[in-house]
Amino acid sequence: MSDLVWRRGDLLGVAELSTAEIIHILDTAESFVEVAARPIKKVPTLRGKTVINLFFEPSTRTSSSFEIAEKRLSADNINFSTSGSSLSKGETLLDTARNLEAMAPDLVVIRHAHPRVPHALAARLAAGVINAGDGAHEHPTQALLDAFTIRRHKGRVEGLKVAIVGDVAHSRVVRSNVLCLTRLGANVTVAGPRTMMPEEPEALGATVAYSLDEATRGADVIMMLRVQLERQARASFPSEREYFDFFGLTAERLKSASDDVIIMHPGPMNRGIEIASEVADGPWSVILEQVANGVAVRMAVLYLLAGARSGAETL
Amino acid sequence: MTAALVIREGRVVDPSQELDGPADVLIEDGAVTVCGPGVETPEGAEEVDASGLVVAPGFIDMHVHLREPGQEYKETIESGTRAAAAGGFVAVACMPNTEPVNDDPSVSEFILRQAERAGWARVYPISAVSRGLEGRELAEFGAQRRAGAVAVSDDGRPVWNAALMRQALRYARHFDLPVIQHAEELELSGDGVMHEGAFSTRLGVEGIPGAADDVMVGRDLILAADTGGRYHLAHMSTARSLELIRRAKADGCRVTGEVSAHHLLLCDEDVFESGLDPDFKMHPPLRSASDRDALVAGIVDGSIDAIASDHAPHHPDEKELDFVAAPNGVVGLETTLSLCLDRLVGSGVIDLPRLVELLSVAPARILGVPGGSLAPGSPGDVTLIDLDREVAVEPAAFRSKSRNTPFAHWKLRGAPAGTIVGGRPIELP
Repeated sequence: MSDLVWRRGDLLGVAELSTAEIIHILDTAESFVEVAARPIKKVPTLRGKTVINLFFEPSTRTSSSFEIAEKRLSADNINFSTSGSSLSKGETLLDTARNLEAMAPDLVVIRHAHPRVPHALAARLAAGVINAGDGAHEHPTQALLDAFTIRRHKGRVEGLKVAIVGDVAHSRVVRSNVLCLTRLGANVTVAGPRTMMPEEPEALGATVAYSLDEATRGADVIMMLRVQLERQARASFPSEREYFDFFGLTAERLKSASDDVIIMHPGPMNRGIEIASEVADGPWSVILEQVANGVAVRMAVLYLLAGARSGAETL
Repeated sequence: MTAALVIREGRVVDPSQELDGPADVLIEDGAVTVCGPGVETPEGAEEVDASGLVVAPGFIDMHVHLREPGQEYKETIESGTRAAAAGGFVAVACMPNTEPVNDDPSVSEFILRQAERAGWARVYPISAVSRGLEGRELAEFGAQRRAGAVAVSDDGRPVWNAALMRQALRYARHFDLPVIQHAEELELSGDGVMHEGAFSTRLGVEGIPGAADDVMVGRDLILAADTGGRYHLAHMSTARSLELIRRAKADGCRVTGEVSAHHLLLCDEDVFESGLDPDFKMHPPLRSASDRDALVAGIVDGSIDAIASDHAPHHPDEKELDFVAAPNGVVGLETTLSLCLDRLVGSGVIDLPRLVELLSVAPARILGVPGGSLAPGSPGDVTLIDLDREVAVEPAAFRSKSRNTPFAHWKLRGAPAGTIVGGRPIELP
């Protein structure tokens, strides 16, 4: 365990985190992994603390992961979810913040379709804010759980070759992961069709490739992104069949990767579009471990932020 | 008895007469009668001591949104023209995207009546190109011209319909009206909210490619060439749009263009550094640093004709949303002149006569309105400037009803020192 004293009261993005802070979160998460194996999966760490989960955008995976993490820490939690941004429609950020504040939460977990909404609310709230995804900007707990999963498997992140493949332009997972993994010393390549690449993709801080094979050759980690079928998809690729043909991960394509490559996916998967079932269910896949680790990492984040807010860090 | 005013001992900067030096200006019955050294004060004339000040032909902001009628909570003609006077402008041309839209002479007449009542500055209505800004049928250019409109524009939106743009350019020739275009190919700007580039990529924000402007400018310039119509490009934002304008001018097209102070002084990196502050959101968006630098070169070499604020007030509650949800637009009437004096003239990018061209001579010429000169016979419209006064941009002190500026707390050297409209010094409370 690093001897860093955690002082941060919000987790808004990986961009704000130092390498030492990232490592501290991962180290802290290690100690929460075993809670899931206990017969009584609960520790009293956040007893009496109130956590509001505010999801302005539909989410099952991330919101339930946070909810389980909060319950296992004995926090009182409440979930607000509004499809679309109806709750925010017409309501000013200040009013949203004041309404939350009136309920005196200790922490607020926020997912919103627009970039930097959690940051804007954090600036207006006394409570701590955890960004659970802001548009295509950041998703820091996802990146942390991915780094955690990689580290558990490989014993390190430094020096690993990581490929992230898919709709790079619209992915918050990419942005946070590139920041997090490069900070930990990995060599990250992002790849996808040109129609799914942002302008000046090098600005993300990763190597850029436009073919799957180029990205996955010799890769130690391959992270496949969910293709957003719901988004103006037809302007980005002509058919699911064609996407799978050129960017879908199959066992055959894995041959050029490192022998002990691991396959990751933030979920939910589109089988037969970005990933073949033989890969998703194969020996390389650590996809379900990502889900399990997500709870431990979120427990660590909740614990550290709550600790910083009450001015004491005792486990 | 004649109403007379003498402006004494100032440094008169009037590029229309190639004048830059000490002179007095005599204004009688609303018009300049003498501009030269040692003017004798007629009996009973009022005197303005302009020693230490620059005396320039009155500045005209050719692109503002006064929001009245319809959105008086953002701005009124009274508050907007008061802001104009405070910012050193004797006149503004106001865009038609009000409620109702100014696509009818009754709206132009209403605007002129409100402006007259307020009395802070001249107001020139700009008519809609299309009824309801819908881009389908032409508004009544002739009736609007007669009611006082000086140009036509669907600003806030592009004239997206190429056939309508072609007809507008042809029809406007009958009334010698410039067609002012908000150039934006809507399919390309899509859901974008900031310039598409490295910073939108890092922020995961939907981008607006420079091509969204350029494709429309290219289309329009072809139509301008074919029709011989007068085309004016509003709020130019990209290097390539500027290059297209430059080429069209070289080809002899009747084409002009304006740029805002924010596009000259800020870029997408500033949006990033602001942490997506909605006061940095406008259309077109702040572009790349190289676009910004190209625009500055454009005002130096003359390919850009005018500087205009694109004053777009929004109520503070409307900007108290996140960046994506907040409306486009920033105010500029009370910041443009000081920004130009400090960052363009003070830093040596352009000289003062060139600034007077950009803010007075060119807007008067493009809109075909009196002004832009202090030669005898010109209207007695004057902007006084104190080049040495240091000011800080304090939104709370704005005369405008709105506060949405990306320049808050900037410290600037050089400021307006008063305006005179038709020989009448404007006294702000």
